[in-house]
Amino acid sequence: MAGTMTRTDDGGGASSAGSGGSRLSMKSVLIWTAVALVGAVCWGVLAIARGETISALWLLFAALSSYAIAYRFYSRFITYRVLRADSRRATPAERLENGVDFDVTDRRVLFGHHFAAIAGAGPLVGPVLAAQMGYLPGTIWIVVGVIFAGAVQDLVVMFFSMRRNGKSLGQMIREEIGLVGGIAALIAVFAIMIIILAVLALIVVNALAESPWGVFSIALTIPIALFMGFYLRVLRPGRVLEATGIGVALLLLAIVGGGWIQDTALGETLTLSKEWLVLALVVYGFVASVLPVWMLLTPRDYLSTFMKIGVIVLLAISLIVARPVIQADAVSDFAREGTGPVFAGSLFPFVFITIACGALSGFHALISSGTTPKMVAKEGQVRLIGYGGMLMESFVAISALIAAVVIDQGLYFAMNSPAGATGGTAESAAAFVQGLGFDTTAQSIAAASAAVQEDSLVSRTGGAPALAVGLAQIFSQAFGGGGQAFWYHFAIMFEALFILTAVDAGTRVGRFMLQDTIGNVWKKFGDLSWRPGNIIASAVVVGLWGTVLYIGVTDPLGGVNQLFPLFGIANQLLAAIALTLCTVLLVKHGKLRYAWVTGIPLAWDLVITMTASWQKIFSADPRVGYFTQAGVYSDARAAGEVLAPAQNQDQMDQVIFNSTLNGILQSVFALLTLVVAVHAALVIARAIKAGGLPTTEEPAVESKLVEPAGLFATAEEKRAMADRDRLVGAGAGRSEAEEK
Amino acid sequence: MTATLTRAWEGLRWYLKEFTGEARWDDYLAHCAEHGHEPMSRRQFERERADAAEANPMSRCC
Repeated sequence: MAGTMTRTDDGGGASSAGSGGSRLSMKSVLIWTAVALVGAVCWGVLAIARGETISALWLLFAALSSYAIAYRFYSRFITYRVLRADSRRATPAERLENGVDFDVTDRRVLFGHHFAAIAGAGPLVGPVLAAQMGYLPGTIWIVVGVIFAGAVQDLVVMFFSMRRNGKSLGQMIREEIGLVGGIAALIAVFAIMIIILAVLALIVVNALAESPWGVFSIALTIPIALFMGFYLRVLRPGRVLEATGIGVALLLLAIVGGGWIQDTALGETLTLSKEWLVLALVVYGFVASVLPVWMLLTPRDYLSTFMKIGVIVLLAISLIVARPVIQADAVSDFAREGTGPVFAGSLFPFVFITIACGALSGFHALISSGTTPKMVAKEGQVRLIGYGGMLMESFVAISALIAAVVIDQGLYFAMNSPAGATGGTAESAAAFVQGLGFDTTAQSIAAASAAVQEDSLVSRTGGAPALAVGLAQIFSQAFGGGGQAFWYHFAIMFEALFILTAVDAGTRVGRFMLQDTIGNVWKKFGDLSWRPGNIIASAVVVGLWGTVLYIGVTDPLGGVNQLFPLFGIANQLLAAIALTLCTVLLVKHGKLRYAWVTGIPLAWDLVITMTASWQKIFSADPRVGYFTQAGVYSDARAAGEVLAPAQNQDQMDQVIFNSTLNGILQSVFALLTLVVAVHAALVIARAIKAGGLPTTEEPAVESKLVEPAGLFATAEEKRAMADRDRLVGAGAGRSEAEEK
Repeated sequence: MTATLTRAWEGLRWYLKEFTGEARWDDYLAHCAEHGHEPMSRRQFERERADAAEANPMSRCC
């Protein structure tokens, strides 16, 4: 065990600035009553609207007002009453400042960094797939999930990590729960990361296959990033804004350029099959992981971050201007029957699995521990950065859901159902969706493809193409002048850009984890500057996700259909591990009466993930249960039959192998989580009996830093900051000197 | 009106420079001036920052 053991007292320390339980002023009572009314009206409209078409803005404002209330009241309660964040206590950034990883950072800047790190393609894709259940289940889960689970997890993990000098999730589990739990968590984190990378890459492959326009624009991001890297290293060191400005301009040019080349010989060369794209991604991932970060990773990250924020702002404005109308049912028949073609399984538990990012994402716990908490200036700021950052991601998820439910729903199902179901042509897909009860025609599917200048939109699974069609519709409605093809490829481009950034960074993080772990037994391998070690570890990580990616791409049953549940469950199981740690720590700190804050979302998360795991492993329905599926196919194979959608014996073998593998992975993830949970339960029982246990929390040191605890400085904090600036003298004051 | 716009523009510029890390160079110059050090060249400074980033990859989520 490392770190100093201290018993934290629950007593003092909550009365600091910004945390006081002072009564609300008349003005804020009026404002918050108004916000609550807006929310109640919007939810009311969503609840009673049946059969008639309603505007998507009801969804948007129901979500926004709920976020506002949750942030104002619930996050404040957690930060100051439950966790007792204390402005008088120095954060690790202040105590250990070294200008590298420990670094006091302005709260608004850190909010931006943290948000850019947690939000990527996940909140854009999950809600699109979940839209097969109708718009209401997804909306409710995204909003309620983020308020009571996702944002709570991010906030509490960040706080506890901050109190432990920014320790990682794995380290905290090892020290606070025990070695076995720690090892289980380490393996789970690594395995889950591989699955996440593979599924993200799968989405890119599905979006780019047979699309020369998309491939051209995405491929150009590599030379653009290399140029930016060279610019920042050699031409004009450090001028990031210039380099990013040039990069974004070139990027937009690359999107336009894709339209010019798609019908040329070059376009023909860039019309790649999925298998070739897998190879390209694997090679790219390996090279990016071995190259120095300044060449590719850092500049690409700048591009991706600015695109991310630009797109979100653009989308919010467009939704308000375009006011699109919802085409989907509130709750579709698939929700009740569990027979949806996009992914198998009924509403419970599979909506909660499919939408991970945006409602509750375990992966965030890796970012909320480690990097971000080492940069927080004041303890209370975890409320803005942890809780607020996750609310923002949830807003992205709601926007993505809206984009999926405002397009023609026949087209939605034609795009998102696997080729085995749609038959792959506009005619067969039209027949398929007519069978589902939509009146979409082959002509309208072909017209939709032509409008975005793609050869075909049928069975473009993975969510990204459907989202791009939705966004193209919203953007061209909002800004007029058509341009659907441009907006479609713009959307594909930024999704692929986010994903490739995640793949770059994820491969590198995976490589570090591997080198670090193996370094425990083989010292040399743990040396990050040892070239052969880098190459071997990168090859192993890329090889692992590349294999899963290849399996997904060639799966006759459809890779997204088969792998997305695995991805969602893995992500939610990681959340279960993180929430377990939070609950253990609350009890150890003697806050049993507040343990429900993370205990309830933990219980809910365990119920959904264990139900889903159980169904995926043991269900007798071959569409849901992996092993039953493998059994059905192997029986048929033994009898010499070929079951659709497999077309020959080889594909039969493939289905059997893939389903068995998926089933094994699923079982391993669930077991690892249970090991952590059972281990944690024992620690909790001991802690309850003892009325709290010592933890590795660092002892309190008085803070000398004057910074606001919340987003806005209180009058008291403003006076303190003014005093500080007078003392330090003009110019030497920190960022707040710029405060308006 | 123009005063508000100027302030908003200044605020945005400040935010972007902080966000991208460009401001770190200015912080460094201020730090050197305060302590009377001779600052290294910007090229050297940015190289050292890039080398530090090499060992500290920021994880990116999905």
